[in-house]
Amino acid sequence: MPSTTQLAVLDELKATFAASVLEVTEHVGDVFVLVSRDTIIPVLTHLKETHRFIYLADLFGVDRFTAVDRFEVVYNLVSLATGTRLFVKTRVPEDEPVLPTAIGIWSGANWNEREVYDMFGIRFEGHPDPRRIFMPEDFEYFPLRKEFPLLGIPGSIELPNTTPDPENT
Amino acid sequence: MSHTELDLTNKLQPKFFAEHQYAYYKALEDKHTTIEITDDDPLGTRMILNMGPQHPATHGVLRVLTELKGERIVKNKLDIGYLHRGVEKIAENKTYQEFMPYTDRMDYLSPYSNNVALCTAVEKIAEIEVPERAQYIRMINCELARISAHLLWLGTMVMDAGAISFFIWTFREREKIYSLFDEVAGHRFTVSHSRIGGVASDYTPKALDEIRTFISEFPNELRDWNKLLNKNRIFIDRNAGVGVVTHQDAIALGMSGANIRATGIAYDIRRFAPYLRYADVDFEVPTRLEGDNLARYYVRMEEMGQSVRIINQCLERLKPGPIRTDNAKKTYPSKDEVYYSMEGLIHDFMMTDTGVCPPAGRETYHAIEAPKGELGYYIQSDGTGHPWRMKIKTPSFSNLQGLEHMLDGCMLADTVVVIGGVDPVMGEADK
Repeated sequence: MPSTTQLAVLDELKATFAASVLEVTEHVGDVFVLVSRDTIIPVLTHLKETHRFIYLADLFGVDRFTAVDRFEVVYNLVSLATGTRLFVKTRVPEDEPVLPTAIGIWSGANWNEREVYDMFGIRFEGHPDPRRIFMPEDFEYFPLRKEFPLLGIPGSIELPNTTPDPENT
Repeated sequence: MSHTELDLTNKLQPKFFAEHQYAYYKALEDKHTTIEITDDDPLGTRMILNMGPQHPATHGVLRVLTELKGERIVKNKLDIGYLHRGVEKIAENKTYQEFMPYTDRMDYLSPYSNNVALCTAVEKIAEIEVPERAQYIRMINCELARISAHLLWLGTMVMDAGAISFFIWTFREREKIYSLFDEVAGHRFTVSHSRIGGVASDYTPKALDEIRTFISEFPNELRDWNKLLNKNRIFIDRNAGVGVVTHQDAIALGMSGANIRATGIAYDIRRFAPYLRYADVDFEVPTRLEGDNLARYYVRMEEMGQSVRIINQCLERLKPGPIRTDNAKKTYPSKDEVYYSMEGLIHDFMMTDTGVCPPAGRETYHAIEAPKGELGYYIQSDGTGHPWRMKIKTPSFSNLQGLEHMLDGCMLADTVVVIGGVDPVMGEADK
């Protein structure tokens, strides 16, 4: 069951952003709020300013592998004042995987957004340093997308030669 | 032999990840990234220095690229990903129990915490009850893992600050915990002892004796180390005021564990959202206000004392009872059942083949307080035995982002001490 604090936040959020809160789901005590893509930054700013969700614990992507709104980005917010955790989600389509960056709200979103870009190919507009974080810069694929095979793509990463160079032996 | 045959131009070209290196240096010089190289440097005191990824003081494969002005770091960039193994991808192709041994290799300095983090997350999403005794066993082992991880941090951090023999003393204690885990779990290092719905095996009387002995002797060692370091001029001069981060920055950067508690924020998941039986035991969350390397040292030293306190209380409350849920649809049946009954064998086979199947569409997040900070597992289920998506929120990843922030303005010689004080584990930062 959601806590009373979570319910109060949800009620206030629904009243303020009636058009942009699309869906609220609850699973074993965790509350997920689905917000439309164009209002994600105002909603996150409002949550931080009004409800003291000043700590961004995590930010990650999910590949839903559906025809519409394929990717989902989840913001894991924590309010240290009330001891509440809230998840805000937004969806982006496959043909235009772009979201505005949340670095202006939490500077810690920087690396997490780079990770989401690296793994799913979702670009964050306004990110100051949009490089890959784990994979090499010349890697062409997005490994956590569902179509990427578990064994990888042969030849996609240049690996060091394991056989000794005949000229040096 | 003529000169043309000795032409080594091609051999000196870097072949390995040439594009990666190029892109990295290009990013440093690019005006659109955060580092900007200015031209107003007539004396040439500015330079770019690369440290790592193979450097003994980076505690793994961490690469630090620094722009120096004299001996001071003007701007630095951390490059991570050298230990990226794609465990989240692997998790999507394994049953929950099959994936559990992989978590040992994430934060390889405290494998038990990782096992428990995954198992509690799966238990939350599949709504599996865990017997009381198993919860206390997990708590004791998690706290031992915390002590062991902090011992490694202490030894290496003090060694980075210049004291070599200290490392041997902390490793002697760590070795005792390893032997203890050998008795408890059958493995010294990668224990893989926790199971979904309980633990693999109960404590033997010998294991309990060893834990009691360790817990009674360890506070003396801790007291000696405190005596040695707390008034040590060299140690304090090396650590005080180094790698300072304010509590505002620590929150904004999402730092966790001892690093955020050293800035005065008492953010500890054991208090914030108690799991296992942490709500029932008495302990304090040590905090400091300074936010420098010395504050992080004090916080971790006090945490080890609190861990001993928690283990003592758990040992008192440890009552005989089952160590795994007796529900063959959700957890592995005991070996007695597997060997002596047909149903047990079928259930064992089904658990190995299909595993636990949380309801389709359910998504949950569960975090524990690992030695490095908040370690959380987000699981999204599609109704099969494999997670549709498993996201691991690792504390070292966020802490490294804080490290990048706090290294700006540091002296170059302090880099190794600050890395040691932040205590990142690349296995979990790179996933």
